[in-house]
Amino acid sequence: MATNAYGPGAETLLDIYRRTALLKANDERIRKVITSGKIAMVYYSYRGQEVVPSALSACLRDDDQLCTIYRGIHDMLAKGFPLKELWAELAGRTTGSCKGKGGPMHLTYPPKGIMVTTGIVGSSAPIANGLGWAAQLDKSDRVAIATFGDGASNIGAIHESMNLAAVWKLPVIFVCQNNLYAEHTAYKKMTGGETIAARAAGYEMPGVRVNGNDAVEMYAAAAEAVARARAGEGPTLIEAMTFRFHGHNFGDPGEYIPKEEMAAAVAADPVPALRAKLIADGIATEDQLAAIEAAIEVEIDEAVEFAVSSPWPVADDLRVDVFAEEIAR
Amino acid sequence: MNAPAKPTVTILAALNKALSDACAEDEKVILLGEDLADPEGGGIVGVTRGLSSKFGDDRVRSTPIAEQAIMGAAIGASLAGYKPVAEIMLMNFTTVAMDMIVNHAAKLRFMSGGQTHVPIVIRTMTGLGFGSGGQHCDYLEAWFAHVAGIKVVAASTPEDAYGLLRSAIEDPDPVLIIENLPTYYTPMSHELPDPSHRVPLGKAAIQREGSDITVVTYARMANETRNAAAKAAEAGISVEVIDLRTIAPWDRETVLASVRKTGRLLIVHEAVREHGVGAEIAAVVNEELFGELKMPVRRLGGAFAPVPYSKPLEDAFAPNAARILECITQCVN
Ligand SMILES: Cc1ncc(C[n+]2csc(CCOP(=O)(O)OP(=O)(O)O)c2C)c(N)n1
Ligand SMILES: [Mg+2]
Repeated sequence: MATNAYGPGAETLLDIYRRTALLKANDERIRKVITSGKIAMVYYSYRGQEVVPSALSACLRDDDQLCTIYRGIHDMLAKGFPLKELWAELAGRTTGSCKGKGGPMHLTYPPKGIMVTTGIVGSSAPIANGLGWAAQLDKSDRVAIATFGDGASNIGAIHESMNLAAVWKLPVIFVCQNNLYAEHTAYKKMTGGETIAARAAGYEMPGVRVNGNDAVEMYAAAAEAVARARAGEGPTLIEAMTFRFHGHNFGDPGEYIPKEEMAAAVAADPVPALRAKLIADGIATEDQLAAIEAAIEVEIDEAVEFAVSSPWPVADDLRVDVFAEEIAR
Repeated sequence: MNAPAKPTVTILAALNKALSDACAEDEKVILLGEDLADPEGGGIVGVTRGLSSKFGDDRVRSTPIAEQAIMGAAIGASLAGYKPVAEIMLMNFTTVAMDMIVNHAAKLRFMSGGQTHVPIVIRTMTGLGFGSGGQHCDYLEAWFAHVAGIKVVAASTPEDAYGLLRSAIEDPDPVLIIENLPTYYTPMSHELPDPSHRVPLGKAAIQREGSDITVVTYARMANETRNAAAKAAEAGISVEVIDLRTIAPWDRETVLASVRKTGRLLIVHEAVREHGVGAEIAAVVNEELFGELKMPVRRLGGAFAPVPYSKPLEDAFAPNAARILECITQCVN
């Protein structure tokens, strides 16, 4: 797909880059912190997929709502999840957004529209529909986003959701981040049909496959889908082609990925590619971008420090937030 | 002397009025489910009849046959400030929506550290008696009672059906309401409840006071137990009948106070006895009142088998008034 009427301007491209730089630095820091033993956590690296949510979020407002998955910290950070509350949650501390009760797979931050993070494959989509229904009832033009993986596109919940969104004309955008692997299984091996995008036709909704690693293409597709949803024209499925560089979860060496495939993907790393484009197109200078990146590192330093110096929850907290009323001792 | 007027009010009518009153009072109340709107008949048994015409098809929506999508839509809308009442036609069909109910509805409040909550009601019907066999009438309340974060409710009278549903809709957390299909149409009361009528969640009803034995029950088995208790009284046995009404969280205080008084406890439910709700109640009563019991806690429940089709087998599957009476008599003598 080439760009459409919705292609990003220079300002927007710089905005997208700012987000990708944050995402990339944050992933690198998480892996470093786990390796050092400073914080132990389950972690699903999104390194390599940064452009997808960065370009998407550049089209979104804070009141647009997101349902994402265990591999979703990139989606959330791109949408504005604050770093301190993020890191404190990763560290399991009371100052985390979920008071340490959710963790990396259940991060939530409603002030930025980050409503649900699920650890269940495919389960982001049914709930995003409900958020879309609420927007319809509120007569608001806000939209709901469901992100999920290529593997998830084969589970029933996704299909039930796309059908319902189509028949109810919900303002929902289904964003499949096709990183070509589901755990250890190659996309081709377990997927009937050439593309996931083609499945949208079965529900008479627009479905597009784009190079999710290309900021211009990804932004154009997202902007068009968001505009349709805001105008009450219903859902869209975007299949964003991308790749993950670090295995399924932290500690997975990814030996099932052919070496040449991985090498080619890393050589085409979308973050430095976007950076180079900004400089080549005269949108930003090397110094400007370096300053942005340095500021991000400082922010992450502060967030990590905040997290590890925050208090742990106590056993009595188990009785709180199960229901509105506390569970009796 | 005039014969007393025959009751005319059914649980079905009470539920319909509760939904209608709730929609009228709070525009955040929305309904969804298969065949639920009037063009589709207002529900397959008619619990929601008339509501889409009254409140519009934006708020009262028929859905595709897609239980995960139904539950997801309810959960999502609730996260955005609505109070959805989702109908899952039959309780066995909750099994294809367990992920949405158990992993999401029940847990989002906790996992988000209280930033979000899921004020939904799930209405579902079940119960044997119509010869529908193994996949259409299970009582699965124990599955849900085992999950922290969801409340489970079952009424046995029109007043309770109305009051519990209204309370459930107003509750800030997910509530599963189990309705009994075979007794939907049984006239039980004389007047439909007033719009202000509420039955608090977590509060049992002592439906009959007695001193010889406590029977704890709920749903259709409460009706059977009331009949058994009336017969027992003729034989000089005084039975205290407690209808739990809320199965989770159950009313420990009321049950323990009653068993402390009678010294005997029988628990009756239609669900398979093994690993059922009765086991939890028996365990707590043993923990709290062991020294005061005159007999070991007894349980009557469904057979450890799928619900059968053939009439004699269906009759044999679940407790009934005669079997409850027999058990009560054994316990007391
Ligand atoms: C219902 C369900 N089945 C299985 C799993 C285990 N699991 C976790 S992630 C995953 C792979 C999903 O792959 P994909 O949808 O492509 O997303 P990605 O991890 O590549 O982002 C599996 C099988 C799960 N979490 N939920
Ligand atoms: Mg994948």
